[in-house]
Amino acid sequence: MKNQETNHISGAEAVIRCLLAEKVDLIYGYPGGAIMPIYDELYKYSDVLQHILTRHEQGATHAAQGYARTSGKVGVAMATSGPGATNLVTGIADAQIDSTPMVCITGQVGSHLLGSDAFQETDIIGISTPVTKWNYQITKASEIPEILAKAFYIAKSGRPGPVLIDITKDAQFDLFDFSYKKCKAVRSYTPIPALEQDQVSAAAAVINKAEKPMIIWGQGVILGEAEEEFKNFVEATGIPAAWTILGLSALSTKHPLNVGMVGMHGNYGPNILTNECDVLIAVGMRFDDRVTGNLDTYAKQATIVHLEIDPAEVNKNVEAHYPVLGNCKESLPLLTSLVNHKEYKNWKQLFKNHMQTEYESVIQGDILPTKEGLTMGEVIVGINKHTKGDAVFVTDVGQHQMIACRYAEFVRSKSNVTSGGLGTMGFALPAAIGAKMGAPDREVVAVIGDGGYQMTIQELGTIFQNKTAVKIVVLNNDYLGMVRQWQQLFFDKRYASTEMINPDFVTIAKGYNIKAERVNKREDLDAAISTMIASDEPYFLEVCVEKEANVFPMIPTGASVSDIRLK
Amino acid sequence: MSDFTKYTISIYTENNIGLLNRVSAIFLKRHINFISLSTSQSEIPDVFRFIIVVKMTEAGVKKIVQQIEKQIDVIRAYYHTDEETIFQESALYKVKSSSLFEERQIQNTIKNSNANIVTVSPDFFVIEKTGFRHETEELRESLEPFGLMQFVRSGRISITKEKMGISEILNTFKQQHKD
Repeated sequence: MKNQETNHISGAEAVIRCLLAEKVDLIYGYPGGAIMPIYDELYKYSDVLQHILTRHEQGATHAAQGYARTSGKVGVAMATSGPGATNLVTGIADAQIDSTPMVCITGQVGSHLLGSDAFQETDIIGISTPVTKWNYQITKASEIPEILAKAFYIAKSGRPGPVLIDITKDAQFDLFDFSYKKCKAVRSYTPIPALEQDQVSAAAAVINKAEKPMIIWGQGVILGEAEEEFKNFVEATGIPAAWTILGLSALSTKHPLNVGMVGMHGNYGPNILTNECDVLIAVGMRFDDRVTGNLDTYAKQATIVHLEIDPAEVNKNVEAHYPVLGNCKESLPLLTSLVNHKEYKNWKQLFKNHMQTEYESVIQGDILPTKEGLTMGEVIVGINKHTKGDAVFVTDVGQHQMIACRYAEFVRSKSNVTSGGLGTMGFALPAAIGAKMGAPDREVVAVIGDGGYQMTIQELGTIFQNKTAVKIVVLNNDYLGMVRQWQQLFFDKRYASTEMINPDFVTIAKGYNIKAERVNKREDLDAAISTMIASDEPYFLEVCVEKEANVFPMIPTGASVSDIRLK
Repeated sequence: MSDFTKYTISIYTENNIGLLNRVSAIFLKRHINFISLSTSQSEIPDVFRFIIVVKMTEAGVKKIVQQIEKQIDVIRAYYHTDEETIFQESALYKVKSSSLFEERQIQNTIKNSNANIVTVSPDFFVIEKTGFRHETEELRESLEPFGLMQFVRSGRISITKEKMGISEILNTFKQQHKD
């Protein structure tokens, strides 16, 4: 029975009431001994707070991440102590490096048992410290409201990130007088640095003098919900704009000033021209090594303008000559009001020329293949066609991820869900569950390799149980394709432990009562994608693709962005 | 490695369990060792102060300080060179009491070093010396021949010449969030 008449409640019930106060209506998790009091309350509140039982705690974190990425809300994952808590760690680390707002709640052994090596006791605070934005262990029920309020505030504000709250079992049982106040500030924490007009003016002046400027935007545009402000800035200046993998979908892929992806498997033009531009305007991105290649030769000729919310990212990898600290949602409009529009005709022509080169040597073969084997690229193009370029793509890690990000079309933001910084194989299947629940009206297509799929394949059970209408596409080349590609290019084709003898994926999907089909031939592909997209239920499609195909262009590790290879 | 300098990092923090772990994890992740570490109450109630000494480049220490300051429970972090700070270390030396009476020389050593005798018992006596590293080190070397039973030296404690302004930061916060 819910104690809605009284505020003298248990810590466990307080947790649920805190979640409701934070407008949480969906959480992912897995029960166990040390978190049973909270699950018992979840049972009582199941009409207002839905709990999705994943098949592994890692799946709960990735689902919460997927949910956060498509909904813009804080994802919540819950697990018991010990192994339940440690199984969350990969997802927490992924959320930390990709700035995903997430609150994880773990049960812990009773406070009198802390440090006694009790059953399922683990120091999850110690373990999760390096990969959380904040964490805290609650040992008294009375701490619950304030700490959970703080957890949600910290997870979502400023540069978002994961927060872990560990609650001892006695704190879940104890009764106290509950009252909740939302957290609005923490005295030792400045979520958004104050915007300085001088920095904006200085940046505008340097942009106005540029003759060959280029924008690189990242996920900061999406996290700051600054898509409109960003588009206005791009159009007001007329400057060509390229994206990092996590920035993808913030600006339509069809926008005339969108010149493609930077980085290791990004587009030819923006990578080469990074080392030719005179002003590089970085918006909400952190110059990850997969973006910059060799830092010693990265954009050395350029004046760098860096719009950034996290002061620790400024000058971390690339020196910012003109930093603009603050939320880009506020700094971009100020900047837009000060910049001039120019045509940059010859400069933009260079992007077009490089795109033509890339089209002829790479893209054409990827998306309109004439050879017998199916390509990953033609599958992505097929999905674009049948979703009218408006799907949410959830990708795992590897070749399929690079191909999907290169060829997927996007007209709406928050549509590209992938594991960027951590590169977590196994991310996509559970993340797709969360992505669909975070955006139930949208078509969510998970594109996964045969390797990563098997890392979290058990989440088919979650999809089956909840009838989550995600479309699962496994691009099967019977290899850990990206590692195999590196072995081919840099290790003289010594394919050490990258070949996979795979099970019958269609039979496995059918075992979970998920409709499934396998495609081996080009002539069957279009109809299969069409059937899959038309289905209003979960659907599994295995596409057997060319086994030893490589992803190009490519910047080899340690090479300069301008040394990008087309083959 | 010639551009490596000794820096004193001062961190003002909330007094929360686990913060030492969080701060040290930032160094661990970057494979940087502390030369010394000390923590104590600061001049402000409920605010703790960490003093960490490291040897690294200025570019490196700047990035480390930014990463430290990014932590939620850290109010502010700074780095300073030796010239910008007043610093000391404390050392304790445990010596056999018999040597105090049998070896006349030891009495001169203690007197000349400006050390204090903290305690004397029939079996041992304890000397305390506060100063720079080379001073506590010199005393250790001169006491060694008499049989040092125990020796321990604290981490550096340090005060900056410039104003830190932590109270102002906290007061501004208080005024902005009055409810």
